[in-house]
Amino acid sequence: MKVPYSWLAEWVKVPWPAPELGSRLTMAGIELEALGAAAPPFTGVVVAQIVSTEPHPQADKLQVCRVSTGSGAPLQIVCGAGNARAGLRSALALVGAQLPGDLTIKAAKLRGVESQGMLASAKELGLADASAGILELPQDAPLGRALREYLALDEPVLDLNVTPNRGDAMSVIGIAREVAALAGTKVSGPAIGSVPAGHADRLAVHLEAPAACPRFAGCILRGVNNRAEAPLWMRERLRRAGVRAISPVVDVTNYVMLELGQPMHAYDLKKLRGDIRVRLARSAEPVTLLDGNTVSAAADVLLITDGDGAVGLAGIMGGLRTAVSEETTEVFLESAYFAPDGILGRARRLGLQTDASQRFERGVDPTQQSRAIERALALLTPVAGGTAGPVEVTQSAPHLPRRPAVPLRAKQLTRLLGVELPAERIEATLAGLQMQVTRSAGGWQVTPPAHRFDIEIEADLIEEVARVVGFEAIPESAARVPQGFRSLPEEHPPEAAVLGMLAARGYEEAITLAFVDPQLQERLFPGRVALALSNPIASDLSVMRVSLWPGLLRAALENQRRQADRTRLFEHGTRFEVGGGTREIDTLAGLACGARLPEQWGVPKEMRAAADFYDVKGDLAALFAATGAPQSFRFEPGSQPALHPGRTARVLRCGQEVGWLGELHPTLVQALDFTDPPILFELDFDAALAVKSSTYEEISRFPQVRRDLAIVVDESVTLSTLAERVTLAASSLLRDLRIFDVYRGPGLEKGRKSVALGLIFQAISRTLTDDDVERLVGSVIADLRENLNARIRE
Amino acid sequence: MADLAVITRQALDEVAACGDLAALEDARVRWLGKKGRITELLKSAGKLVASAGPEAVARVQKARADLEVAIVARRAEISRADIERKLVAERMDVTLPGRGEEPGGLHPVTKTRLRIETLFRQAGFDVASGPEIEDDFHNFGALNIPPDHPARAMHDTFYFPDGRLLRTHTSPVQIRALLEHGAPLALIAPGRVYRCDSDMTHSPMFHQLEGLAVGENVSFANMKAVLHGFLQAFFERDLAMRLRPSYFPFTEPSAEVDMSCVFCDGKGCRTCKHSGWLEISGCGMVHPNVLHASGVDPERYTGYAFGAGIDRLAMLRYGVNDLRLFFENDLRFLRQFRAFGA
Repeated sequence: MKVPYSWLAEWVKVPWPAPELGSRLTMAGIELEALGAAAPPFTGVVVAQIVSTEPHPQADKLQVCRVSTGSGAPLQIVCGAGNARAGLRSALALVGAQLPGDLTIKAAKLRGVESQGMLASAKELGLADASAGILELPQDAPLGRALREYLALDEPVLDLNVTPNRGDAMSVIGIAREVAALAGTKVSGPAIGSVPAGHADRLAVHLEAPAACPRFAGCILRGVNNRAEAPLWMRERLRRAGVRAISPVVDVTNYVMLELGQPMHAYDLKKLRGDIRVRLARSAEPVTLLDGNTVSAAADVLLITDGDGAVGLAGIMGGLRTAVSEETTEVFLESAYFAPDGILGRARRLGLQTDASQRFERGVDPTQQSRAIERALALLTPVAGGTAGPVEVTQSAPHLPRRPAVPLRAKQLTRLLGVELPAERIEATLAGLQMQVTRSAGGWQVTPPAHRFDIEIEADLIEEVARVVGFEAIPESAARVPQGFRSLPEEHPPEAAVLGMLAARGYEEAITLAFVDPQLQERLFPGRVALALSNPIASDLSVMRVSLWPGLLRAALENQRRQADRTRLFEHGTRFEVGGGTREIDTLAGLACGARLPEQWGVPKEMRAAADFYDVKGDLAALFAATGAPQSFRFEPGSQPALHPGRTARVLRCGQEVGWLGELHPTLVQALDFTDPPILFELDFDAALAVKSSTYEEISRFPQVRRDLAIVVDESVTLSTLAERVTLAASSLLRDLRIFDVYRGPGLEKGRKSVALGLIFQAISRTLTDDDVERLVGSVIADLRENLNARIRE
Repeated sequence: MADLAVITRQALDEVAACGDLAALEDARVRWLGKKGRITELLKSAGKLVASAGPEAVARVQKARADLEVAIVARRAEISRADIERKLVAERMDVTLPGRGEEPGGLHPVTKTRLRIETLFRQAGFDVASGPEIEDDFHNFGALNIPPDHPARAMHDTFYFPDGRLLRTHTSPVQIRALLEHGAPLALIAPGRVYRCDSDMTHSPMFHQLEGLAVGENVSFANMKAVLHGFLQAFFERDLAMRLRPSYFPFTEPSAEVDMSCVFCDGKGCRTCKHSGWLEISGCGMVHPNVLHASGVDPERYTGYAFGAGIDRLAMLRYGVNDLRLFFENDLRFLRQFRAFGA
């Protein structure tokens, strides 16, 4: 909300210059967002009068004006504005003047005629977005006076941010009340008195929804000239407050709204049919608004209607049919109180947030309706003439808001704020906010003024005291924290350690958006149901991710596009599964794409190849080792539409699925245009990484014995099957089993492979003999022959 | 017996001339081996005595001993020279890079969050979390934001067709924690939150930190101490803090938290728009209606709550000037945060 300093000063004595005023208001809860000036910088512009005009000898649209600045000989100015005429006082930019937009005025010949300056329009001076001609100043504007000075264009304009609870502060008078409370002074605006009625005509108003509209003040004004123009000072104030001047009737209603916070509406009386009724809309009732749009009002929308139907959305916007125009001479002024509950939400639903609706939603002083009309009449009749009738108030007293007294306990104030304030200070602060304060046992009974809609409970009063006294008056005091230990279950994997391990293994942590492209997700997880947003910001960010893979793949592609030759990314975040309710699953996922190692010297050729399944499996193995129970994990061949059918593993822990690992399906690699196939993994964080705390096992002091075997089996025999058989057959004396080669090719039958195993035996209580070992190896070989059709390769 | 002297001289010269261990061994065999010349001399000791007198044997024995000493000495010399040559030959360019994987790193927002968690744990706060998909009650209603409340307009909310929504703040965790554990409690709840807004300074997903302390006499003064203490600890410096009255439906009194700008020490710069202050958090005393909705008696308990942007704290700590960088996952950006610690 923009408040010109001079307007505020008309309503309260401001003891501070604008910057300090701004910071005082900020520190009391009304934030100064910006401190601006009434006009952009310009120099060399003075008030001047056109003495005479003659047509330009060379150009039809130009005139040659003699212009006086009050002293010295008149200047010759060539001007193209249609409203340039003898006698007009306007703004003259003298030679050397600097105008907004880096424009410097020089003496120049226009179509052969010398011009010693420029008559300026409001637009050229940065006072309007558009202008029809040069600026028109009143006849009493002092010639030769600098325009900035004359129009007070250097006055500061405060741009204030009023929080939604403070409807009472959305006006000049509201800010003046704040200033008065902070400065310990009183609001003292222009006197507003009743205007004697010039006629007795009145319009009957029926309040058919009295809870939503319990008070309606109206007044008929006859013989108005709406072709007149509001005075420059008023138009300037409106402009500085951010409102465009339109016609005297509209300008005055806007002025009163900005000044007193009471939104008003003016109807062309000749277009109204019969009585005014304020009622709720019949469902989907059409209303054609001032702006020409027709909206459909739902049954909870309050309407102003006449005999022919709706003439406006109450408290939001007037209707087109009864709008005032230049021809309007008879006006019906409305100044009503609409209850916040009757307005809240409707404007937003209809997409029509107006200055009026914002004020009514937050609460307009319910006692000021007549006063607002009186102020409007006092401003309007000198400009546009007219005779006002009586100000007629229709109301439903039981529905008017009440302001019951709110108890405030001194002890509670101290307890909540943590500081004890003197009683007198509390009383003076509340009284300064126009509250009625009476003492009671242990505190006060406080009655808020009618304009405050946010004082209902004790905490509201404590807040008022605190903000006006100032939060800096409250000390910082450390709370006494009770000593005590919280449980620290070792089972919960420390997040930093998990993420740190992946980082140590070359992965960078990514954070991708939780909503993804439904097309990409459907390609990766065909048929998987995902939660769709009703109002996504973009169609490619419209469904919740069922996996972190869509985000990681996109991030990897972006990096590939940025010429990264090698990508290792992981993410820790939530994925959203649908089915039997939504489940939010804490997930750890990752992606590896490109060379196995960063480009470097001195590593064998195969280490320069693209990373494959086994590289990433190694990373997972490291994570699983850190759970303290690596033997509880199993990788089994699995099937995921997103992954290569022969290079996909389902990860099980104690038989439960806890994740997936695999290479992106070749068709997706191609479709997404990856240079190297990405390897992906995804784990359920809690299930996969729960920690089994370690227990010491005795270390053998006796030597270990190693025997290597090359075992030829069918391709279909997986390593895990082979290892299981070996472990079973070798008894508990097998301490470690190493796989050091897998061979296919010459010397082997087709469809067979040779797996080289290192068996390490060790007993805890004795040295194993050759016989022991031969017997163990013998039983392993026998078992493999029998169960896996294996052959020992010599 | 001039012969022996000549032979000895010759043997010693040969040993001295040996360039490597193999040649030296050959020489040793030639002179002192089973069929070596000196060994042969000793074998024919009788003949020797006869031809050169009784002392001749002793002289030959001495010659053998001298030769043995010379061989040992020469062997040591050759070994030393061998090692010297090897050392020269094996010299490495120690400036060539080491071998293997390069480490990655944690996301700066995660590092910031972990740092915040550590600091608050030290101060006695628990770390809690809550769902990202919320219902109206937890995200708005219980937080004293009824339907059509103007404050809802400040939350550009993502909705699902069934009326659920993506939480717009971490404040619902306040409600869940109080309903679950009751008072007293002190916790923080960092997490992802969502608003349908996207430009230079807004991301539709961002990270927020919620704080909540409820107890029998928890005061605004306590809140000031905790917030100021946290900011000083987080930024590892003395800095000024001020609270500005503001409005949040779920706290009363409510305040915005400003801290002196960490880039200019409050003198005024571009980052703080020349005000010397950076807005860093919102806070306030928990509204009695919120305590009510969470099953806590507001007559018995009071509390404070605060919310701060983790991304913003990360931006200030690491000097990141565009929020969107956090979510673009550009490796060139992510690689800049590999340092230890948080």
